[in-house]
Amino acid sequence: MIVFWVLAPIMVIAAIGMIVVRNAVHSALLLAVVMVSLAVMYAVQNAPFLFAVQIIVYTGAVLMLFLFVLMLVGVDTTDSLVETIRGQRAVALVAGALFAVLLLVAIAQSTLGAVVGLDQANRTGNVPALAHLLFSRYVFAFEVTSALLITAVLGAMVLAHRERLTPKATQRDVVLQRMREYASDGVPPGALPTSGVFARHNSVDTPALLPDGSISELSISRVMRARGTVRDVTAPEGSGYTVLLPSIRQPEAPDSAPSEVPTEGGGA
Amino acid sequence: MSTEPFLMLSALLFTIGSIGVLVRRNAIVVFMCVELMLNASNLAFVTFARQTGTLDGQVAAFFVMVVAAAEVVVGLAILMTIFRTRRSASVDDASLLKY
Repeated sequence: MIVFWVLAPIMVIAAIGMIVVRNAVHSALLLAVVMVSLAVMYAVQNAPFLFAVQIIVYTGAVLMLFLFVLMLVGVDTTDSLVETIRGQRAVALVAGALFAVLLLVAIAQSTLGAVVGLDQANRTGNVPALAHLLFSRYVFAFEVTSALLITAVLGAMVLAHRERLTPKATQRDVVLQRMREYASDGVPPGALPTSGVFARHNSVDTPALLPDGSISELSISRVMRARGTVRDVTAPEGSGYTVLLPSIRQPEAPDSAPSEVPTEGGGA
Repeated sequence: MSTEPFLMLSALLFTIGSIGVLVRRNAIVVFMCVELMLNASNLAFVTFARQTGTLDGQVAAFFVMVVAAAEVVVGLAILMTIFRTRRSASVDDASLLKY
């Protein structure tokens, strides 16, 4: 009973936190807390098989699947706090509270009688006793379960499958495309200039300097530029990370593209 | 060891899950709340198995887990498909049937 009173508040708090936090990954981790605690609850209640299954199937497989899908869908898709139906949240809270009161009063008012306990049912061991039930009384449901699992696998395959509409670009196609862009727009066909070749550092946050002292736009990663973590090489040494202002970068963009083509050839 | 506290915890978790389904907009979080409700019902099954001294409740909980696993697989695949076409995982955006 000590286990119950220690774990029950943790579970309730984690469950409330799960629906309160905005980040979906945090929700998944709080759900993991609830599920592992539930497994301990099963162990306390003489269900060692379900204890193992809960940890393996739920926290091991289902939650990892959730996290994988979050990774694919995008972690940064935070919930919008705008209510599409006015007052829906308040109504949902009131209805939930009433539902909880209803259930709790019903449980408190009902008389369940003396607890029989599972010592008699588990005397041959929990797993053999469960297997005996599963393959005698519930054997038909167990067989139907196999059909359900096959259907789920097929459904997931069909839904997650994406037909390729265009043929996959081969290496030859990529080269031809690059040459076509070089001929039409003057985009350098070779590799992009590496970072910091003519600058003080060669780390990726340092843009390469062109012979005239200007910054080579092509040498910085697009992501780092968007995050503003590009080192300002025009600043004095030791001044650390400074955000390259858009006003510095953007006027150079139109006329720096042609000037980088000879640099590209010279570097290679 | 009385069974009432376990049943009350199960009821509380089920309520929290249902509130989450109603309140949250992100479809994946809604799914997690459904899982929480299924788990709460599992706890009630296991508790009643101990109350009555039979293992049928544990078998029922086992079947609920199987169904939940299948449901998660198909549900997340549907979510992925919706996200691929609409670039959104919000339950409010998939409202084409309304019009």
